[in-house]
Amino acid sequence: MTIDALLEKIKDRFGASILKADKHSQKRLYLDIDPKDIVDIVRFVFKDLGLRFNIASAVDEFECMEILYHFSFDRTGLELSLRVALKDKINPVVDTITAVTRSAWWIEREMHELFGIRFNGNKDLRRLLLPDDWPDGVYPLRKNFVVPKRDSRKA
Amino acid sequence: MSYKPTIPIGPYHPLQEEPEFYKLVVDGEKVVDVDVRIGYNHRGIEKISEAKTFDQSLFIVERICGICSSSHPIACAQAVEDIGNIEVPERALYIRTIVQELERLHSHMLWVGLAGHFLGYNTVFMWGWKYREPICDIMETVTGNRQNYAMMKVGGVRRDIEKEHISYILTRLDEFLGQLEMLKGAVLDDPVLHSRLKGVGILSKEDAIDYAALGPTARASGVDIDVRRDHPYAAYDRLKWNVIMGKNGDVFDKAVVRILEMFESVSIIRQCLDKMPSGAIDSNPKDIPPGEGIGQVEAPRGECFHYIRSDGSNSPVRHKIRAPTYMNFPTFRETVIGQTVSDATIILAAIDPCYCCTERMLIVDDSDKEVLKFQDLVRLSQEKTKKIKDKYGIK
Repeated sequence: MTIDALLEKIKDRFGASILKADKHSQKRLYLDIDPKDIVDIVRFVFKDLGLRFNIASAVDEFECMEILYHFSFDRTGLELSLRVALKDKINPVVDTITAVTRSAWWIEREMHELFGIRFNGNKDLRRLLLPDDWPDGVYPLRKNFVVPKRDSRKA
Repeated sequence: MSYKPTIPIGPYHPLQEEPEFYKLVVDGEKVVDVDVRIGYNHRGIEKISEAKTFDQSLFIVERICGICSSSHPIACAQAVEDIGNIEVPERALYIRTIVQELERLHSHMLWVGLAGHFLGYNTVFMWGWKYREPICDIMETVTGNRQNYAMMKVGGVRRDIEKEHISYILTRLDEFLGQLEMLKGAVLDDPVLHSRLKGVGILSKEDAIDYAALGPTARASGVDIDVRRDHPYAAYDRLKWNVIMGKNGDVFDKAVVRILEMFESVSIIRQCLDKMPSGAIDSNPKDIPPGEGIGQVEAPRGECFHYIRSDGSNSPVRHKIRAPTYMNFPTFRETVIGQTVSDATIILAAIDPCYCCTERMLIVDDSDKEVLKFQDLVRLSQEKTKKIKDKYGIK
């Protein structure tokens, strides 16, 4: 499968939900998609086309909270990144993809605690990395989080 | 409501090198549920990296893990090179391949040792770690360090391999190969290991795909993936080598895949030393334009994934790091549940959860001081035992 064939296949099924397609190289494709269709597209890409889920990465952008879902097609070495922009930066919400693949189990927990993104339908959003006494509502990977300075006078 | 006994292992436990907390819910000897709590040593490297320049980022990701300390910098450098479409000189690609394979050798050797240790087979532990030494020596020759090599940079590598070192590297590799043959025989033909490892902690092919397992963990279950072949980087597409596959997905197959992979690694290093062209080792890139890049590397435990976004300044806006154990770890739900408690340790260790080893022994050859050899130590030990026996009148 080439990068164009991959783009065609996704376009055939989900043409309306693709906001922008950016062919970065012959091996790399970025697709901006509508957040409400993310589960269907991920199911198509993961189950039907057989791509491997690499990881998701959230980015705190100026106007939105962005999530990139990275997928690999190992047989021909392609890399697909699905980008969703969540308009509500304070309380970002998106549907969970853990119903499609259990490989997203930990990363959704991680994005929930580090970026404050809520995943609709994911019942296991317990803390993964942060300590138990970390205050609620403080999300360390958001840009407005300032690392607290240590006061040397306190022991 | 029935009472369910829980066996907690960790977060700090004499058997574990790193803090992590396993909660095994058991019914008699059988594990019926398991959960893992991590994050006791979370260092926030993704956040730290946002405040560093691209060159410093390489330095900080090198410290994620003492064992994968060439995989992370290569992945990071490739992500930055992807943003700026930076060409890397041919010789640098070969040197990257050599360092990467040396790392795989010492990491797999370390795992074989640890696996033996978890099984209570400490001879394998001692052998594995002893035979890892020639690899660490080669690493020291090539990079100057046994761990944290500081070898990679965006656009190339920092140090060249000198001509006079090549014969030394080849000699030590030959020495290692002999020991590896012996270890392979000792591990794979041992009836005790067969009965302890075969059919234990099976990860089916379907589960491996669904959990997106990586590296030897996936290959042992018959999932044919290897970043070195599928997303070629460094010089792997110019060399001849095989991807080692398993079939059953049990702990035994995971061990077989790792041991056989070491033979491939030795062959890759030899080919690299043979084919390596001369020339520059660094393309000295200056500016990194705005954009985003991805770097994928086959670390010893599986694919190491770096995503970097640049806004045109000299530091990343976002740097996502995904180490292979992060994807392999959740598979414990499939492999541990239903097994006995005594097998749980080796199953959890079978994915090779990332341990750090930076200890080393230093021998200073100082001619006016006495240097003790192995035989001297044995003699001293025997003399001391004799003294104690005499003192307390033990025959």
